[in-house]
Amino acid sequence: MTTPDKLIPSIPLSSWANAFVDWLTANFSGLFNIINDVFEGFVGLLHWLLASPSPLIVVVLISLIAWWLAGWRVSLFTCFGLLLIISLRLWDSAMLTLALVLASTLISLIFGIPLGILTYRFHKVRVVIKPILDIMQTMPAFVYLIPAVLIFGLGNVTALLATFIFAMPPAVRLTYLGLTHVPQATLEAAEAFGATEWQKLFKVQLPLALPMIMSGVNQVIMLSLSMVVIASMVGAGGLGAEVLRSISMLDVGLGFVAGISVVIIAIILDRVTIYSTRKKKIISK
Amino acid sequence: MATQTATSIIRVQNVSKVFGSKKKQALAMRRSGRSKAETEEKIKTTVAVMDAEFDVYKGETFVLIGLSGSGKSTLLRCLNGLIKPSEGSVLLENENIGRLDRRRLQQIRRNKIGMVFQNVGLLPNRNVLDNIMFGLEVKGVEKSVREKKAKDALEMVRLNGQAYKRVDELSGGMKQRVGLARALASDQEILLMDEPFSALDPLIRREMQKLFLDIQGEVQKTVIFVTHDLDEALMLGHRAAVMKDGEIVQFGTSEDILGDPANDYVEQLVQGVDYSKIRTAKSAMKPLKAIAYQNESPQVVLRRMKANHLPAIFVMKRDGTLSGLIQLPQVTNLAEKRRQDLSAITPNPCHRVGMETPLREILPLYSDQPVPVAVVDKDHRLKGEITPVSLINSLTKEIQDYERKKSDLTEAVQE
Ligand SMILES: Nc1ncnc2c1ncn2[C@@H]1O[C@H](COP(=O)(O)OP(=O)(O)OP(=O)(O)O)[C@@H](O)[C@H]1O
Ligand SMILES: [Mg+2]
Repeated sequence: MTTPDKLIPSIPLSSWANAFVDWLTANFSGLFNIINDVFEGFVGLLHWLLASPSPLIVVVLISLIAWWLAGWRVSLFTCFGLLLIISLRLWDSAMLTLALVLASTLISLIFGIPLGILTYRFHKVRVVIKPILDIMQTMPAFVYLIPAVLIFGLGNVTALLATFIFAMPPAVRLTYLGLTHVPQATLEAAEAFGATEWQKLFKVQLPLALPMIMSGVNQVIMLSLSMVVIASMVGAGGLGAEVLRSISMLDVGLGFVAGISVVIIAIILDRVTIYSTRKKKIISK
Repeated sequence: MATQTATSIIRVQNVSKVFGSKKKQALAMRRSGRSKAETEEKIKTTVAVMDAEFDVYKGETFVLIGLSGSGKSTLLRCLNGLIKPSEGSVLLENENIGRLDRRRLQQIRRNKIGMVFQNVGLLPNRNVLDNIMFGLEVKGVEKSVREKKAKDALEMVRLNGQAYKRVDELSGGMKQRVGLARALASDQEILLMDEPFSALDPLIRREMQKLFLDIQGEVQKTVIFVTHDLDEALMLGHRAAVMKDGEIVQFGTSEDILGDPANDYVEQLVQGVDYSKIRTAKSAMKPLKAIAYQNESPQVVLRRMKANHLPAIFVMKRDGTLSGLIQLPQVTNLAEKRRQDLSAITPNPCHRVGMETPLREILPLYSDQPVPVAVVDKDHRLKGEITPVSLINSLTKEIQDYERKKSDLTEAVQE
């Protein structure tokens, strides 16, 4: 035995963590089941919407949405990119990945934006939230994947949860940042005209913070996509699963095309979110 | 005094505002005669406003004037509750602004007190019209009414046709107009204006001041106007309070302040006024249509005066310096007596002023008789004349407006 070990008693943190997870599963299994069903249903619905119609119809629809949000260039790229995925015979996996990314993005925004607002409004929330966000982003994913697997089992829900934890922080941070950048003079003017707190929030602060919030949305999407491979390790399907399969079979070609497909989806989502805010500015001019 | 019978709409009583932790101590230090700077340095606490007391009457434009940091904005913000006074009270028709709950305060801001800011504070994501509608929107006014009122306000600030522009496409002056229109659209009876024109360049500023006077002539609001420019105060305001280091150091009509600066500080402010530079005799003087020399024949001079419709004419000595003024009847008399020249009568003495004499010193010269005042150079050579009419014309329109508004107030006050 070395001296430090004699001097400093060991803290049984790991066994506490084990006990905590056991306690959670024992006492909250009902709650976890509900969460599980909701998330599973949500991803399932999105996947069904994307994958059940004929791929060509979906390509056209998504391209149209891209056109509407971000203009014809992005739309054109979207169209060719999706057609390439079809020709690579990865359509179904790609749509599952897209469904997972959209689901985790939506959930991240549903929690992240209000949390960003609370962080802005209340100093106490800010003090608590900041370190939590840091932990969420820096803690290696496997640390929370193991308990998540214990609670939810292998599958899409665990993957979604892991993605959510990793990808949500920018939604909070950039909402907060956007709100702090609203000019004090504009807020004061709103106040001087008798605006209530809610009116200030919805008529002044959120609209002015929107560009920043949108770049948060963009980051959330990108981070979600970067989690696809890890997500497949805990049982999610989709392109990540194809990559994993290519690794286990040492199939360079499969790995390559699956990787390309992830990149295509990433570029589409990135451009659509970025250009949608820029285009609005141009239109209103 | 007449003003006491006027209805006071805002009453500021002993208002002090202290920023910092040692409020009591800071106020005590200031009241015991220490300077603002000293207090700030010693205990890191700023007395922004100290023991302010005044009334604002219905329909007048009340000016708060003072150098930067003198506490004007702070005091103004106490009037609509954006800042709560540390001591004292602001009564708006007997309601204590500092004590109201949030709801009531919002109601008052929506319906009673509007505000225009130096940095405007427009919403960059909205177009001009939507910005102007903001106040009405907050009030929950129906959309069609909202649009109508906003368009009326837009017209008032002469921005018709710009309704659908983005605000970041507008010039500074136009933005300020939008800010003004936003306040006008909500149609509160009191308007707080915090240096609304200070950031504009002088020409645009003049234009905005005129616009303000025109609009004020139409809508007759009670305005509390903050400025650090005495010229602006003179032009726009009925009464003014001069602030220094948080205290009101003088108080009265703009004219009182100009004529009798209470102390060095006010004197300093007054010195800054353009009076001495722009509005001097030189600017109001006009060239003489005709003059006469002492050795000229009365007939010739008489014809010259009639041709130029002159009731009186300046007479020059042989050496070219000014002798005085003679009246038409006098010349006629000489002509009838068939005198050879004008030397038979001594010209009436007339007022002479130098080129740089301020106009406000010239004005009283007409009180004894409405004859032209001669403008002479250093060598007493006649350079031009100032008649009551030319003086009035040359005093910029702003001054006329100022005078007009002042008489309006006197009437209002007497009612
Ligand atoms: N929120 C604040 N916190 C601390 N000190 C303040 C605050 N607001 C104003 N002050 C101080 O109060 C004093 C008066 O400021 P105020 O803004 O009222 O001056 P002002 O007369 O409007 O000046 P300006 O012409 O520059 O606008 C200044 O010394 C300023 O530093
Ligand atoms: Mg100010």
